[in-house]
This record gives sequence, structure tokens and C-alpha cells, in this order.
Amino acid sequence: MYKMYEIVCKKRLAHKETLFEIYAPQIAAKSQPGQFLIVVPHERGERIPLTICGYDIKKGTVSFAFHEVGKTTKEMGLMEEGDCLLNVTGPLGNPSEIKKFGKVLCVGGSIMIAPLLLQVKAMKEAGNHVTTVLGCRSKEFLFMEDEARALSDKLYIASDDGSIGYKGLDFLKELLKIEKFDRCVALGPVVMMREVSEITRPYGIPTIVTLTPIMIDGMGMCGVCRVTVGGKMLFGCVDGPEFDGHKVDFDGLIQRQRMMLPEERLSSMLWEMHGECKCGRNKA
Amino acid sequence: MESVNVAETKPKPKIKKEAVEMPKQEPKVRVKNFNEVALGYTEEMALEEANRCLQCPKPQCVTGCPVEVPIPQFIKCIREKKYAEGIAIIKTKNALPAVCGRVCPQEEQCQAKCVVGKVGEPVSIGRLERFLADWEREHGFQMPEKAPPTGKKVAIIGAGPAGLTAAADLVKLGHEVTIYEALHVGGGVLMYGIPEFRLPKVIVRNEIEYIKKLGVDLRLGHLVGRTVTIPELMKSGTDAVFIGSGAGLPQFTGCPGENLGGIYSANEFLIRVNLMKAYAFPEYDTPIRIGKHVVVIGGGNVAMDCARSAMRLGADVCLVYRRSRDELPARKEEIENAEEEGLVCKFLAAPVEFYGDEKGWVKAMKCICMELGEPDKSGRRSVKPIPGSEFVMETDTVIIAIGQTPNPIIQRTTEGLVTDPRHGTIKVDENCKTSLDGVYAGGDVATGAATVISAMGMGKKAAKAIHEYLMNKK
Repeated sequence: MYKMYEIVCKKRLAHKETLFEIYAPQIAAKSQPGQFLIVVPHERGERIPLTICGYDIKKGTVSFAFHEVGKTTKEMGLMEEGDCLLNVTGPLGNPSEIKKFGKVLCVGGSIMIAPLLLQVKAMKEAGNHVTTVLGCRSKEFLFMEDEARALSDKLYIASDDGSIGYKGLDFLKELLKIEKFDRCVALGPVVMMREVSEITRPYGIPTIVTLTPIMIDGMGMCGVCRVTVGGKMLFGCVDGPEFDGHKVDFDGLIQRQRMMLPEERLSSMLWEMHGECKCGRNKA
Repeated sequence: MESVNVAETKPKPKIKKEAVEMPKQEPKVRVKNFNEVALGYTEEMALEEANRCLQCPKPQCVTGCPVEVPIPQFIKCIREKKYAEGIAIIKTKNALPAVCGRVCPQEEQCQAKCVVGKVGEPVSIGRLERFLADWEREHGFQMPEKAPPTGKKVAIIGAGPAGLTAAADLVKLGHEVTIYEALHVGGGVLMYGIPEFRLPKVIVRNEIEYIKKLGVDLRLGHLVGRTVTIPELMKSGTDAVFIGSGAGLPQFTGCPGENLGGIYSANEFLIRVNLMKAYAFPEYDTPIRIGKHVVVIGGGNVAMDCARSAMRLGADVCLVYRRSRDELPARKEEIENAEEEGLVCKFLAAPVEFYGDEKGWVKAMKCICMELGEPDKSGRRSVKPIPGSEFVMETDTVIIAIGQTPNPIIQRTTEGLVTDPRHGTIKVDENCKTSLDGVYAGGDVATGAATVISAMGMGKKAAKAIHEYLMNKK
């Protein structure tokens, strides 16, 4: 029998990308593609939003992947199977619209490849023809390629430095000239989602992006995740996390994401300095 | 109400007109820390103040208390140094006395009705309540008697003041009570909203421990509407539901530039500082960025809490309120405390636009001067802007504390639950019953943003109605 919020399975996806499967049957029972969790690792920890990338109702587990980039995620990366997180809340946000659209283009980048595949699977099951694009910074950051290939009708790989697959996303422009798509979903870094939205805009392909702005409560209380969509102020947590990519003010979003950057860096730096000492704070 | 034998408890002939002052941290000291400002009565002080009570046979103070605490009776216990008995008397009506003794607006409630108040300062009922609650915390909780199990299940949504009160009452009546709390800690606004220096979190945690010891099952991180819905609860064996989900949705001004960095909703600012303990960053992981010149927009208790927290984080704070000092909705005591700590107020002004620097951080705010008009239906004076009176003030942090509305997630996921479309509140009758059978609501989700004690009063009323409903249900 697992304990609540126990790490049932830890998988190293790539260089600094890790996947946790957590025991939380109440969340597993309600999760749908597109929704997210708020994870609190320990008493002194932050509340961080992470997109759901899998769930198993029978086992009572839910999975999420994270990129070890800040203090909280680096610290979580040190946790092992059998350790427990303090709290996981969810599922939060609105589920993705999954139905038969026809031909669907699914573009995922960086850590968001993991939740993208949940959507790819759902889109496929709904009877769509799915073309998947996996993007990464360079070869060593790519993961889940085989899973993506098995789930999709077509698979393309792209990297920022060209070390694997296409260099950058420019090839998409050529692809759209010859192939028609009825819908596009993009999950990944903001700059990637902005680029994808600009590429699909001339073709009028409805493009759904998943925004992961800074959040604290994740249920509409704090308003830190506010984002301008079509000139209106909306909350990433309760109005999203998915929005029409052609209407999102990406520049404003990027600016707000950088708000606490100096503090995040300080926190991470101090932790690195102390981190080596294994002071035990990461252990339950 | 039990009558008191006047002859027996007749006070000394002369009643002191002045209440016994409660010691406080000096303004210059306290503005540099997050420790509690008011330090509480010593035993001597409590005895002296308790002796000012007239022990009225028909106590007016009780009529001013939303949860009808038997005030003269507990004060009598203090006089007789029967502290354990005194706190037990309070707890027959109030499950959170350490909280109420600190944050209730007694000056508008029990103390406003106190007969001594007609000739001098009223008896400091709140301070005496706090004295007993703190005494109990130091000496260990005593468990009240519980009715035998009824076999009925009640779900409470939200572990704030309304929910905790309803839960305590219902579990004592023998029902099986589960609280679903969306955040990762219980307490609701007592944890995320009211700052440490006004209500130390250790006190809230203690009150919650007490309620858990009564047998209440507290489930954290369960957002009703997402993790589980009310129809699902009802289908899986819950006999009645109480919704006490509060008013958690922040309001914004709608002025241009509001998405700039450095502009916080009061909720965000307080959640970071109180709930996530950003004042202790980087010891705690959640940061807060605060500048030197903070502007707080609004004039309620939440605005005061933000202003006083910001001063403790080292900023100069200016409060911008669109009406005048006389209309400030905050408690007088809080305004005085804030001004002692260095708060500057700019009355009759409202924001028009926010300006940012090249990095997207707020650097200035354009305001317009306002003038007061005639009182509206509610008796509050209307305001209107004076054309051409705009001015610009420099600032690097803005906190918007202009009100909160209920979170719509429960309303959206519960078919048939009637709400007020304008305020987003759940409609209830005089017994806190909603439009759905077996579903009750109280606190801010029913009234819109109000006080801790009014939420507790409704939690109490709802518990009574739920008990009657359950016992009559076949």
C-alpha cells in the first residue's frame, strides 16, 4: 500500500528532465488531458504548477514531469521512490477539448513533451490523424521519441542547434504549404508557442497553447497568473491553462514570467552552495 | 440565557472608567518584525479588567455577539480564577476563541452594547476572551463531551472560520464530519489572509488541532469542484454539505498597465507573505519582491494588513483611498496601529493608469482626485472624480486591495445551486440553506467579503439547521 503523495516511480527522462508518478487516487480518478497539479514538495517549499502527463485510475497514480532548473525542481530531483511530497492538489484548470477534428498537428517542446503525448494519445483515440513534432534544445535533451513515434501517424524532430532532426521550426512553414491541418496544439516554452502560433496564423489553423505562468494557489485566488488574451485579462489557472494562441499577448506573458527571476536565481544559488552538504531538507 | 444572581457577584462600588490597557510592542520595534503586536493581558490585568464587568442580569453584550458567547458567565469565571471553567463556557458557543479574541471587531459588536461603555470605556471582552484562550493553550486543551454517533455524514467545504465552526458543532452532535480544504494547510483566510503579527499562525494551527481532535477528518489539497464535486459527494453517501469556501477571487482596477511587474493583488501579496512565509525568504522558498515606495489601493482591513506587512518588509507605504478618512471601512484600531507604524494616507484619490520602466516593472501611477457626493441607499457616500485633477505619484510596488468575490468553481460544478449573478454569492435563506436539498452555505461565499466572526456566526447557524435536517431525514 502506498502512502499519500508517495513517489511510486521516478524516471530520468533526459539530462535534467525527471518524471514522477505519485500516489494520489482522488486526483487520478478525475484527471483529464490538459489539466495541471499544484505540487508542494515540503513544509518550506513553494507551490508549483506542473502539467499532468499521465494517470492510472486502477493504481491510483498521477504523473508529471519537471525540468530541474530552479531550487524547488532541483531539490525534487533528489527525491527518490518511496519519498513523499507534502501535498499535491488537482486536477486543476480546464481539460483539453478532445474530439475528432480531422488532421491535428501536435507540437511539444522541452519538458512539455511529456504532457503533449497525453494529448497525442487522446487525439488519436478520438479518431484524428496526428502529426507530432518534438522540439528540444539539442540532442541530449530529447526524450520519449519512441513513445511519440508509436502514438503518432507522423513524427518530426527538431532541435535549436540542429544536432538532431530539423534545425529550428522553420520546416513547419514548408510543411504547412503542402499539408492541411484542422487544429494545432502547442505545449512548450513560451517562445516556442509564440513561434508556432505565428506559423499557423496565416493558414487560420485554430492553435491551442498551454500557458504555464507563475502561479501560487492555482485556483483563482492570487491572480499572479493573469495574462492578456484578446485584450481581456484572464487567469491562467481557472480560465486556462489552454488559450487561443492567436490571441495571447506573449510579450506580456514573458515579462510577467521574469518578474521574480533575481529571487529565483538567489534561491537556487544559495541552495547550490548548501546543496552539496545534503542537509537533509529534501528527505522526508 | 441563564440569569445571574446580582447580589452574589455585586462588583465593587466604583467602576473604573478606563479599561485596562493591553501591552503592545512599541511601533518602532514592531515595524521591524512579524511578531504579534498585541501582547495579551497578564493574570493581574485580566482580573482587574474582569472586575469592571457589571454582571448584568440581562446582558446586552451577548446580543451583540454573532455566536452568542455567554459573556458575563465567562468573565465571572475569570474573577474567580476558574479559568478552565471559563474557557469551557466560551467553547460551548465558539470553537475559535483565540482567533476571535484577536480579530473580532468587538468595538462594533459585544463591546458596543456593554453598559459600562455608557459611562466610560466598555469592558474589554475580546481581550478577556483572548486571555482565557491563551491560558488554555498553555495549560492543555480539555475535550468537550460528544453526542453518540448518529451515523450521518457531513461534508464541509473550506477549512476557514465558517467551515471550522460548522465542523466543530456538527462533530460534537455526533455526526461524521469531513472537511475538504483546497489549500495545503487548513485555516483559510486565518492562514493566508490575516498576517502573523495580528494572528500568529501557531494559534490557528492549535485551533485546527483541537477541531481535528474532536474527530473531524481534514483533507487538504482537495478542491471541491475539481478533485470532487458536490453531486459526487451526495451520491457517495454524504447526507449534507456545508459550503464555506470564502471570497477568494481578487478584484482588479481595470486600469491600463495593471499587468506590470510589481503590481500585486492583495491576495497574492498576503498569500506570499503569510501562507508561504515569503518574509522569511530564502529560508522559505516563495519570494516576494518589494520596493521602497509601496502604494496600497483600498481602505478595508485587507488594505491595512497589506500596508502593515509591507512596512515590515522595509518599505514606505502610502495608502490611496477614494473616499475620506471617515469612510475608511477598516477597524479603527487597525488604522491607528498602521499610522503609528508610519502609514501615510492619501484620501480622495483613485488610480487611473500604471506606468512601467523598460523592464516592465511599475514605476509610477497616475491618480485622479475624487469628491464625495450624497449617501447612497446603503448609507455610504458616493464618490466622483474631479475632472482635470490628475496627478502622478512615483512607486515601485502597488498592492490592489479593493475587494474579493467568491470563487465560482463550486457554483459552476453544482447544477441547481442558485447564485446571485451580480456578486457571485450563493443564495441562502435565514437558516443558511441553499436552493439544493441538504446543501447549506455560509460565510463570505454567501455574504460577500465580511468578517471572521460573521462567517463563524453563519457556520454556527448552518450547523444547527443541518443537524435538524439530518435528524428529521428518514
